[in-house]
Amino acid sequence: MSVLTDGHSATDLARERKFGSLYSRNAKAVVGRGLMAAKSSTWLVMVSGFFEPVLFLLAMGVGMGSIVGTVQGPGGEEISYAAYIAPALLAVSAMNGAIYDSTWNVFFKMNFAKLYQGMLYTSLGPLDVAIGEIFLALLRGLLYATGFTAVMGVMGLLTSWWAILVIPASVLIAFGFASFGMGITSFMKTFQQMDWINFFLLPMFLFSATFYPLSVYPQVIQWFIQAMPLWHGVELLRQISVGSFSPATAIHVGYYVLMIALGIMLTTRRLRQLFLK
Amino acid sequence: MSVGTTSLLRVHNEATRSPTPSPTPSESLQSSLDMNRPSVISARNLTKAYGDLTAVDNISFDVPAGESFGLLGPNGAGKSTTMKMIGGVSQRTSGSLTIMGLDPESHGPEVRAHLGVVPQQDNLDEELKVRENLIVYGRYFGLPLSYLKPKADELLEFAQLTDKANSKVDALSGGMKRRLTIARSLINEPRILLLDEPTTGLDPQARHILWDRLFRLKESGVTLILTTHYMDEAEQLCDRLIVVDKGRIMAEGSPATLIREHSSREVLELRFGSERNASIGVELQGIGERLETLPDRVLIYAHDGEAALEQVTARGLHPMTSLVRRSSLEDVFLRLTGRSLVD
Repeated sequence: MSVLTDGHSATDLARERKFGSLYSRNAKAVVGRGLMAAKSSTWLVMVSGFFEPVLFLLAMGVGMGSIVGTVQGPGGEEISYAAYIAPALLAVSAMNGAIYDSTWNVFFKMNFAKLYQGMLYTSLGPLDVAIGEIFLALLRGLLYATGFTAVMGVMGLLTSWWAILVIPASVLIAFGFASFGMGITSFMKTFQQMDWINFFLLPMFLFSATFYPLSVYPQVIQWFIQAMPLWHGVELLRQISVGSFSPATAIHVGYYVLMIALGIMLTTRRLRQLFLK
Repeated sequence: MSVGTTSLLRVHNEATRSPTPSPTPSESLQSSLDMNRPSVISARNLTKAYGDLTAVDNISFDVPAGESFGLLGPNGAGKSTTMKMIGGVSQRTSGSLTIMGLDPESHGPEVRAHLGVVPQQDNLDEELKVRENLIVYGRYFGLPLSYLKPKADELLEFAQLTDKANSKVDALSGGMKRRLTIARSLINEPRILLLDEPTTGLDPQARHILWDRLFRLKESGVTLILTTHYMDEAEQLCDRLIVVDKGRIMAEGSPATLIREHSSREVLELRFGSERNASIGVELQGIGERLETLPDRVLIYAHDGEAALEQVTARGLHPMTSLVRRSSLEDVFLRLTGRSLVD
């Protein structure tokens, strides 16, 4: 063992080992595959993902909004109820799209289609697969966000030119959920376990100040909601939609940056454990 | 990388220092590379343990370029695990393994660039069409479309699937899917083709078509590594094989050598009915070189099967059926492990 005193080179070797077998800078091939597959089969799913928040906006915003009237927006100004919940629904749609792609889609490809096993017998490494799949989830998120923002514009719910920034902000939100979603899915072995994801998502959707302000809750519940990722997304998009920013805006963005970093670390570690055992 | 490798070699040299200089692994590798047929795969004391279970137990083998090399053994013998380690998708517990001089664990993508893999279960991309499967798979290797498009057509021709180019994958028969999987594995013009149970689950006609295709590949110089639990497949396709059981190598050699060394020239199979098979052994003592009693039949190993049968009838024993055949790898396996190869 004494000859291993040259510990520096030993760690270098270990590091190169880990990375050399993980990544081959070819995530674009995974993206290309996803686009080719989307071309033929998943159009219907994609379209339904776009309509879901639009239907919510019509029912809650326009329908219920007619008895609610106007509410106070992020900057203190009065805005219509539809304009209040529209950015929140956009955040939810970014979350759902990213989660669908990175959990159910990944779960199926991992356990049933054996797609990743096939990919990993080529020059691709697990990190190429992870980056490619997350990128696809974001691409879908971008399409949804653009479509929904257009609907908001047509309905006259956008009161500021800043609102165009809700599109990149939605992609940021989608990125946070997608990077975590894939890591979490790697732990799932059965459909029952996959249902836990919905069990977590549904309350988050309903209670993250989506339909009414956070102030209706007692202080303790408020803190809890503020620790959840979706609330930050809802608040971020709501602020952008009316062009009213505060120091909290930076916190919301920072929350997602941290989530993305941790999520990618988790996902890569899990893929290594799963596929290079 | 180079620094790390030297330091590891130094460990080895210190450990094996002896009065007479013995060749280090690198030197012996070098000498085998100097031969006409360099080793493309070299495994030394390869071991893989999953917890308490040792799936691959200290096996060593070399495969020269262009050889067709088989791993023959029953289910659970450790064949697929060995294949996974060669592909760098399973990490060994101990021992060394090099593929074209590279360690698949540290150089997974580089090693796999030279490999074609046909897994035990087809994992074709069902969301893509037949031709798209080939092209997308080639993209995973980073190959350009200008190369892939003509290559895909050539491989469809080879796999006799040209008229199915734009079909959906799930519209293909089992044999067609298998051929597509093999075509797919050739998209990167691999030097080594790994085939894990290539014909399991196929009907006889589909198997023969597949064997023919594999034989052509072998003729074109591709090194074939195949696992199988069919002895006829091993006899047809393998230049050399190792018989594995419970993670260990039981024997190594060409099919003919193995049969010669571990079995007699011919085998006489006798059936006396399931009740008598077990007890008849005593009465057959002394006939042939060796006797094996199985639940459904008795096997007598003899140089001349017909002569052995005459001896049996001369003792007044009349089997319900009798069959004289040449020894096969099945007999070798039975001899080495005391168990039958196919469950």
